Amino acid sequence: MSQQNENNTIGRRAFLRNSSLAGGGLILGFSWLNSCKPKVAEAVGMEIEMPEEWYEINSYLKIGENGVATIYCPNPEFGQGVMTSMPMLVAEELDIAWEKVMVEIAPYDAEVYGRQFTGGSQGIRTRWEGLRTVGASAKQMLKEAAAKQWEVPVSEISTADGVLTHDPTGNTLGYGDVASAAMEITVPEEVTLKSPKEFKIISNSKKNVEGKQIVTGKPMFGVDYQYEGALVAMAAHPPAFGLKLKSFDATQAKSMPGIVDVFQIKTYADDYQRNFFDTNAFTDLVVVVGKSTWEVMNAKKKLDVEWEPFADYEYSADRFGNKSQVKVPSGLESTDAHYAKMEELAAKPGQVVRKDGDPDEAFKKAAKVIERSYTCPFLAHNCMEPMNFFAHVTDDGAKLAGPLQAPMLIEGAIAASLGLPPEKVDIEMTRMGGGFGRRAYAHYAVEAGLISKKVKAPVKLVYSREDDMTFGIYRPSYQATYRAALDENNNLVAFHVKAGGIPETPIFADRFPAGAVDNYMAEQWEHNSNITIGAFRAPRSNFMAGVEQAFLDEVAELAGKDPIAFRLELLDRAMTNPVGENNDYEADRLAGVLKLVRDKSDWGTEKQGVFRGVAAYFCHNTYAAHVIDVVKANDGTPRVENAVCAMDCGIVVNPDAAANMCEGGIVDGVGNAMYGGLTFRDGATQQDNFDKYRIIRHSEAPKNIEVHFVQNEIDPTGLGEPPFPPVMGALANALYKAEGRRFYNQPFISDKPELIG
Amino acid sequence: MAKYTLNINGKIHEVEADPSTPMLWVLRDHLNLVGTKYGCGIAQCGSCTIHLEGTATRACMLTVASVGNQSITTIEGLSEEGDHPVQKAWLEVDVPQCGYCQAGQIMTASALLEKNPSPSDEEIEMAMNGNICRCGTYTRIKKAVKLAAGSK
Repeated sequence: MSQQNENNTIGRRAFLRNSSLAGGGLILGFSWLNSCKPKVAEAVGMEIEMPEEWYEINSYLKIGENGVATIYCPNPEFGQGVMTSMPMLVAEELDIAWEKVMVEIAPYDAEVYGRQFTGGSQGIRTRWEGLRTVGASAKQMLKEAAAKQWEVPVSEISTADGVLTHDPTGNTLGYGDVASAAMEITVPEEVTLKSPKEFKIISNSKKNVEGKQIVTGKPMFGVDYQYEGALVAMAAHPPAFGLKLKSFDATQAKSMPGIVDVFQIKTYADDYQRNFFDTNAFTDLVVVVGKSTWEVMNAKKKLDVEWEPFADYEYSADRFGNKSQVKVPSGLESTDAHYAKMEELAAKPGQVVRKDGDPDEAFKKAAKVIERSYTCPFLAHNCMEPMNFFAHVTDDGAKLAGPLQAPMLIEGAIAASLGLPPEKVDIEMTRMGGGFGRRAYAHYAVEAGLISKKVKAPVKLVYSREDDMTFGIYRPSYQATYRAALDENNNLVAFHVKAGGIPETPIFADRFPAGAVDNYMAEQWEHNSNITIGAFRAPRSNFMAGVEQAFLDEVAELAGKDPIAFRLELLDRAMTNPVGENNDYEADRLAGVLKLVRDKSDWGTEKQGVFRGVAAYFCHNTYAAHVIDVVKANDGTPRVENAVCAMDCGIVVNPDAAANMCEGGIVDGVGNAMYGGLTFRDGATQQDNFDKYRIIRHSEAPKNIEVHFVQNEIDPTGLGEPPFPPVMGALANALYKAEGRRFYNQPFISDKPELIG
Repeated sequence: MAKYTLNINGKIHEVEADPSTPMLWVLRDHLNLVGTKYGCGIAQCGSCTIHLEGTATRACMLTVASVGNQSITTIEGLSEEGDHPVQKAWLEVDVPQCGYCQAGQIMTASALLEKNPSPSDEEIEMAMNGNICRCGTYTRIKKAVKLAAGSK
């Protein structure tokens, strides 16, 4: 995901055309079933009087006769805050008071709403221009409608807080007064957007529009989906990677109370060409359908299933136009064997993906050389809401609803599996109880559809925590070896990174410190596996950032330099006289967050019993730097006392929510670096629930987190991923100070000798 | 199957369920009170926290047969208007990200404050440690608990 960096901002003309084409069709998608969508009367945290009539200005926006507006958020919400921040973009340009805005999630309709995708931290970045244009063009239509009514030139009309004013006379009209007439106005071809100085809503913190529903326990999540007569389904998948279904005996399970049926489904037909997000290790499942969750859970335990090892196989894939055969190796894999294999491959030459200067010669001539190796384990996403999906498949079509990050990536698989044309598949996006990349792989929606089709009834498929944690789509296990060479003046003269993993390489050859060193080499290797992997919050960066920043800390130490000053020295080189042309970062902005975090954290001041580490990284178009302070409890347990974070994501749309996202990223980073790990034995995960898989808890989280943003007027970029990856580096560097030894293997808690706690 | 008379959120509910059925599923599947969330099923994550006679309890391991006439409060019954001091503090601090665990967090926090109106940081951490937030909103949760404590 991070490597795609697609800029799918819709061209303004195409965008407006689509918006106007869709006028009138918007409401239809909502009507034919009881949905768990929030009642919007409290959408921005206060009571709003509902209008008697709604007038659709475009497909993102309707205005009531009383001046209240409903704004549709096009992208699915998994906690990143787009349901608040995206409507803020529309409201800003519409010039409406935020208190008069209600928010709903848009229906899934890619022709109207473009890329309805949550992932890659691209939401705000790709919607920045389009959503403001939506608001601005609606405002223009309202102004033209008012101009007609008053019979004055539109240039004499100004707007503020949902009120149109004829400046020469002082006459006013509310948006609601002209909303009906505005529907008849031609969508403007061009509109002028505000300059950042004119913003009233953007950059002013607005609270989560669904906050009230969340704290009162309203049904909002996929697993809460209500539908008359819906059955509950659960599916049994192989207990280990490398196994497939051989046979099953449903007799006992079928005889259990409340059970309607037990049968097999096959998610993808043998000749189905899978897209990049159709990842799925377990395509043959045994399904139990019944009347209630507890009954189905119990019956599932009574299933008598035989699994068998599979032989090597291939499937055909179409990954963004690249057609290939994907090889799946047989075997029951184990973590010990993975680490041995990674060590073996790390010792061999890899595939060179970037080379500047003459690294071999520079290392030979160096005054000092340092080499360090790092590893990380597989991780499970562990969204708090386990995977689930609702489906109601009839002869007329399919209605599906549930938590997913990318409906357009699974629509094809759903349609193919049900034998329906895609236009007969309707997908509703519910609020997600976390995503972290996991819900971009929505095989569970395909499964729900197949189950509903088989039992000819509405069905909600639910995964148990164990089902969720053992089904695959993990963060891969990675390894990286770094070497650095210093000359006699302690200047960094050569840098070498070789990284690989199971089953993919994590390397980013063109990121810092590429561009800052004359002699540079990046190599990669991979080792295939039948364990399925997928995007996990800042894919690959979530390993590379931490280990690169931990390594640079050691290099700075070897050079006798302050770690921040050392990085700034390198960034100065990258700014003034960069090496190579494809450097994938802006050195001044990376230096900018380092300087900000240095100043805000009072870097350089020593505090008794406080151990500090720093790290900075650029990924997903945003710059992040952290200073982490570790303290030790009386029993020796290290704990993050304080974290100071500096971010450069350009304009910050919703500052307090943005800070929340960074705080969460830091907690998540500390948690995964310290405790996270999914290990395998004979193909099976050794963790299947939270008693064995350790997630960071209250008493282990940083006590204080400060978030600072670089103030500028650059178009905004994302925040879901960027704060996360460098945390591991800052923590490793702080732990070094606290413990007197370096930490090379995640999770740090078990890096030998094991840490207390 | 057996019949149970349950006192939930101040109302009497009649339920017919297998005695082994956890209250979590009685609430969600039988009574349509879905604010109480499933997260792990083994009392490790706290998403299903309810009040049993005022004490924070994991509904996923509390069988319907064991409840008897003890009173149960769920997130839906914590306050009529969603204005319990803990709920108000959660909104004021704007705690949630995905929001899935937050009902459980709020139920644990509100039970804590009933028993200990002004908990220390350590007491908050101790009481809340059984509630996982995968989004990592812990610092805001602690801030909100302290805000609610101050407002009572």
